[in-house]
Amino acid sequence: MVVNKKIRELQEKRKKVFLGGGEQAIEKQKAMGKRTARERIMTLLDKDSFMEYDMFVEHDARDFDMDKKSLPSDGVIIGCGTIYGAPVAIFAQDFTVAGGSLGLMHSRKITKIMDHALKMRMPLIGINDSGGARIQEGVNSLAGYGEIFFRNTISSGVIPQISVILGPCAGGAVYSPALTDFVFVVDNISKMFITGPEVIKTVLGEEISMEELGGARVHSEITGNAHFFAHSEEECFEQIKKLITFIPWSNSRKARAFEPGEPDKSYNPEKIVPGDPTLPYDVKDVIKSVVDKSDFFEIMEHYAKNIVIGFGRMGGRTAGFVANQPIEMAGVLDVDSSDKAARFIRYCDAFNIPIITLVDLPGYLPGVDQEYAGVIRHGAKVLYAYSEATVPKITVILRKAYGGGYIAMSSRHLRADFVFAWPTAEIAVMGPEGAANIIFRKEIMSSDDPDGMRKQKVDEYKAKFANPYVAASRGYVDAVIEPKETRSFLLHAIEASENKEVKLPEKKHGLPPF
Amino acid sequence: MKENENLGFLNINSSLYKTRLSSKFINRKSYKPVDPKIILSFIPGTVLDILVTKGQKVRKGDELMILDAMKMQNKLKCAFDGTIKKICVNRGDRVSKGSVLIELR
Repeated sequence: MVVNKKIRELQEKRKKVFLGGGEQAIEKQKAMGKRTARERIMTLLDKDSFMEYDMFVEHDARDFDMDKKSLPSDGVIIGCGTIYGAPVAIFAQDFTVAGGSLGLMHSRKITKIMDHALKMRMPLIGINDSGGARIQEGVNSLAGYGEIFFRNTISSGVIPQISVILGPCAGGAVYSPALTDFVFVVDNISKMFITGPEVIKTVLGEEISMEELGGARVHSEITGNAHFFAHSEEECFEQIKKLITFIPWSNSRKARAFEPGEPDKSYNPEKIVPGDPTLPYDVKDVIKSVVDKSDFFEIMEHYAKNIVIGFGRMGGRTAGFVANQPIEMAGVLDVDSSDKAARFIRYCDAFNIPIITLVDLPGYLPGVDQEYAGVIRHGAKVLYAYSEATVPKITVILRKAYGGGYIAMSSRHLRADFVFAWPTAEIAVMGPEGAANIIFRKEIMSSDDPDGMRKQKVDEYKAKFANPYVAASRGYVDAVIEPKETRSFLLHAIEASENKEVKLPEKKHGLPPF
Repeated sequence: MKENENLGFLNINSSLYKTRLSSKFINRKSYKPVDPKIILSFIPGTVLDILVTKGQKVRKGDELMILDAMKMQNKLKCAFDGTIKKICVNRGDRVSKGSVLIELR
């Protein structure tokens, strides 16, 4: 009987904790279109897989009447579960409890699950929904943030870290998501900024709404802080689940293999790319013509659209794709696209994912704004990331590969393991027009018909250099292939590099041009 | 890629590429050379004090203005000898980054 009584007591205690900040606060949360923290975890994880830890943790702050306040679970829920059978550690801030504010014990719960995820080598998912530091707890709250940032950094590249912004995440708190691998945002729900609209109004006299300053669209399209944009929490959870299928549990594993499948026949690589190198097409169609089941999972879809990054599977195994996008800004490399590509290359390298690069770019974007924004050091990140990566690197030159852009896009010279080129490839120091203007400047200037002469010289240059065969004759290209052969060459390359081993010189760490 | 989409052109190394142009590219500011005689606010803030008057001769190193920004009282000093042509702000004005404060001659 005593046992039964004690069990009932536990059940009562749990019931109380499950109510979080109480019915009123839950209603308010729902009115904002938001789920409660526990509902979010239950929706995201496999059914009945979630095991909660530290449910009865409470704060012991005394100042400012905090000793009279009880905050269930101290405003954050932690535990472990599975997504499609893959283990994940998770924390979710509970906005209904003191606005999800971060106090000492709240932060200790988060760091506990972070330590657990690192030790057990499993992905960590953090759901952020918090008003920020719990002011009443003063510097203890700041210490809590610091401990989280430190662990984000130390775990980086060891276990996948995913941040989900489902509410406000402002001030110093934004640095945790910024240090993680992937950030998910939801329209009208996510809000991220360092200084909020009120401070901006006071200091600068500029009025801006939270949504315009740090909403989901802003971070998906302008800042590049977010990697996945969704219209609802539900869509967001589906995206997270899909991502989990593509990535390994830690850096000592490979991503899980899935049943392979042929691409959709409606993507015909021979029909996608126009022969004229100045005409556009959607490179995602080329990716879909080679990946299993034409299933391409794009990352940062709305940011720096002139480069496309994302995951697909080749013969059942995850591959990372990096591709110039001719339909957007002619596929040029610039500050933002370099940054986007470089980080993704390093992600793939950290987590044993082969990189497939599709090349078709006219070069770098000219402009004072680009030079002033540091296109040199940002562009260098791409070279650094490709050179340093030791995972299998496979390059397919579809069409233009000119100048510095050719070198940067996973060329043989940066140690690509395989370089294939389509017959439409033009591997040259620059485009025919630019080259003819320089090489034949005198002939063109002194001609009675400069335009006619220019055209003649452009054609001459095209015939000689606008092809893959000069590069192939030097062995910079391993094989010139028909577009329809691309998938089989890629599958061969991935299989052949299964046991690739490269040792870089020992060092503490390199100095990428951050 | 939508059919019949209205595309723009981008010139890279004398070749014209048919493509979508990003709003960032379309809205980029064209470069204007810096005029050292026009003193701009280097940071958003509030004009706390103006220490010169129109027509006054100033020397290199003279203090022109105190701009209160980010909890700091920043002293704006003159970079060369000259004359105050125009004072474009009043005491107490809140100025954004890049606004014209003083013109020199």
